[in-house]
Amino acid sequence: MDVLGHYNYWIVIFLMMAGLYTVISRGNLVKKIAGLNIFQTSVFIMFISFGYISGSAPPILEDGVTLYSNPLPHVLILTAIVVGVATTALGLALVVRIREAYGTIEEEEIHSQDRDF
Amino acid sequence: MEHFPALMIVLPLLAAPVAAALPNGRLPWLLTTAVSWGVLAMACFLLATVLGTGPISYEMGGWAPPWGIEFRIDTLNAFVLLIVAGIGAVVTPFAGPSARAEIPQRLQSLFYCLFLLTYTGLLGITATGDIFNMFVFLEISSLSSYALIALGRDRRALTAAYQYLIMGTIGATFFLIGVGLLYSVTGTLNIADLAERLPALEEARVVHTAFAFLVAGIALKLALFPLHLWLPNAYTYAPSAVSAFIAATATKVAVYVMIRVLFTVFGVEFSLGEMPLQPILVVLSVIGVVVTSLMAINQLDAKRLLAYSSVAQLGYMAIGIAFGTTLGLTAAITHVFNHALMKGALFLALGAVAYRIGSTRIHDMAGLAKVMPWTILAFAIGGLSLVGVPLTAGFISKWYLISAALEQGWWWLAVIMLITSLFAVMYVWKVIEVAWFRDLPESRADVREAPLSLLVPVWVLVAANVWFGIDTRFSAGVAARAAEALLGVAP
Amino acid sequence: MMQHHQILRVVTKFNLPLIMLFGLYVQFHGDFGPGGGFQAGVIIAAAFVLYALVFGLDHAREVAPEGALKIFSALGVLIYGGTGVLNMLLGGNFLDYNTLSPAHPAHGQHYGILAIEFGVGMTVSSTLTLIFFVLSGRKERGGDD
Repeated sequence: MDVLGHYNYWIVIFLMMAGLYTVISRGNLVKKIAGLNIFQTSVFIMFISFGYISGSAPPILEDGVTLYSNPLPHVLILTAIVVGVATTALGLALVVRIREAYGTIEEEEIHSQDRDF
Repeated sequence: MEHFPALMIVLPLLAAPVAAALPNGRLPWLLTTAVSWGVLAMACFLLATVLGTGPISYEMGGWAPPWGIEFRIDTLNAFVLLIVAGIGAVVTPFAGPSARAEIPQRLQSLFYCLFLLTYTGLLGITATGDIFNMFVFLEISSLSSYALIALGRDRRALTAAYQYLIMGTIGATFFLIGVGLLYSVTGTLNIADLAERLPALEEARVVHTAFAFLVAGIALKLALFPLHLWLPNAYTYAPSAVSAFIAATATKVAVYVMIRVLFTVFGVEFSLGEMPLQPILVVLSVIGVVVTSLMAINQLDAKRLLAYSSVAQLGYMAIGIAFGTTLGLTAAITHVFNHALMKGALFLALGAVAYRIGSTRIHDMAGLAKVMPWTILAFAIGGLSLVGVPLTAGFISKWYLISAALEQGWWWLAVIMLITSLFAVMYVWKVIEVAWFRDLPESRADVREAPLSLLVPVWVLVAANVWFGIDTRFSAGVAARAAEALLGVAP
Repeated sequence: MMQHHQILRVVTKFNLPLIMLFGLYVQFHGDFGPGGGFQAGVIIAAAFVLYALVFGLDHAREVAPEGALKIFSALGVLIYGGTGVLNMLLGGNFLDYNTLSPAHPAHGQHYGILAIEFGVGMTVSSTLTLIFFVLSGRKERGGDD
């Protein structure tokens, strides 16, 4: 078993679990967004590391280079990053509005103000 | 004509920034209505073409699949496109007066921009033949619907939208993980190409993991019990037109994605045979149908009641999918169509109520039938359809579901469906009884019937409920053809 | 905002044109090397954000009025989609750049990519700037709902 050889997956799994745990365990709405970001970033790293081929060059045409990394995951992740930015912006905008409406960004305090959140 | 698959997504996409740039007022609404009707015309044409000559493939940018993005329209997605376009075309005329009453004046043009983007996203998910493209459209529709829900008047709309954003993003990211894992083993993102390559790799653990991530992600978006917690709040506090549109289309499109992934990408033998999905889906859905129907009975707000009922109805669709038989799948697809009709009609009727009395709490609706008879009658007929009374669309889907259950010899499932239909009678009756038989309070004596511009869309959907309850050649017929195509059974 | 930070103000003034220039380089060199509309849009938006941080939001709003940013973000999407529709009108599929120059399809690809990346860059830079302005300007307006 080549456990350390797949270190990229270990990093991805660690980040994924850290992010998801933050989303679930934290009551602060901004911290939840931060956790969501870490969770999404782990998936970006996963895609990018899929695209890397050992000993390959960046996918830019150059003389004398025959082995390139797969550029498709980069393109996909560029799109996913944009989606992530949009999600973060929208989430933070909602938090700003929630803070204006409730005067707090702690989930429990919002709970106590509105029982059915 | 040949460009319709792309054009029907590009049209609302381009109309969205135009609507945002237009001044607040009637113009953005007129633009949205025109676009939605244009899209409906294209959807009708596409379905007719697909039924006549078979699947259509459209190459984005002229790049041939599997390298380029392909838009692939077969019977199933042409049918779902028609549902989304049809509901859009009915809801946008309704949205005009309703949104003018519920959305601040300075946000009107942005509201229609978001509405068009949601519409684009839903159509895109359905039309595309590329699984990553599906994720992108999924996020387009979700992000814009979070913002639409946050436009609700109650401050709880904000928390509901936030909750939906967190859950929806987790779901979409799970979907993305699944897509990434599939790409890492097959090297392709094209759905048809994936379907060809996956059977050889079925033993690989990566494929099993990808399957689990995809199904969990879609189940979150689909609000499959117990992942439905975001749905009731989101539907309750969103503006009326948004509730109607999202309730009738967004989860239906998620059901489509589920069907596409299970039956086209992985194939029925793998999804329901090798993977233990069938018992999971059946058990969760049955518990979900019973629990959420009971919760619907306990609600004090009519919109919330309908939202819980939506989760129950989605459970029926999941049961239909879990059978994995032609009859079960036909039932699920028919129910997608019929449920869009009935929930559209019911939420629009409540939108008309909210337009007049500014509330959808059941208590506030006392005696409304005396002053708004047409609205309440529409709600009653929609409710009958939800229960599954003969001569309404709901009966047809229940009939197919129960036949599919009996075909498997699962008579206990048929019994549970009959019992949950009785629960549906109880929660629909709860609203009807208050609105019809209670006395109208003095303070509401001057409430008038909803204006014609709201009643017409409601009654169009109510009429469709009755029509497709009697004439099932179109709804169940197309659904059966789609199911046969998915399972590879010769028609 | 930062009235007393002479060094910051001078350094920012010196850096702004360079950031903008780098943004334009990434924008228009994007079809030969790494880069393109998204990245360039973010870099140009960063210049506006830096300006707003150092010189205050009001000055930044004078440079880039919110109304104009809104129009630009809509216009960028229209340029992108319009290119695709133009391809359709020229007889190709949506976003089939070959139709832009039937004699030399490779040139057509070049023009098409330049056009849509320009649209993307415009939308991304103005939207990101707008997001920053709206979120940071929220408190002084005291929330307008």
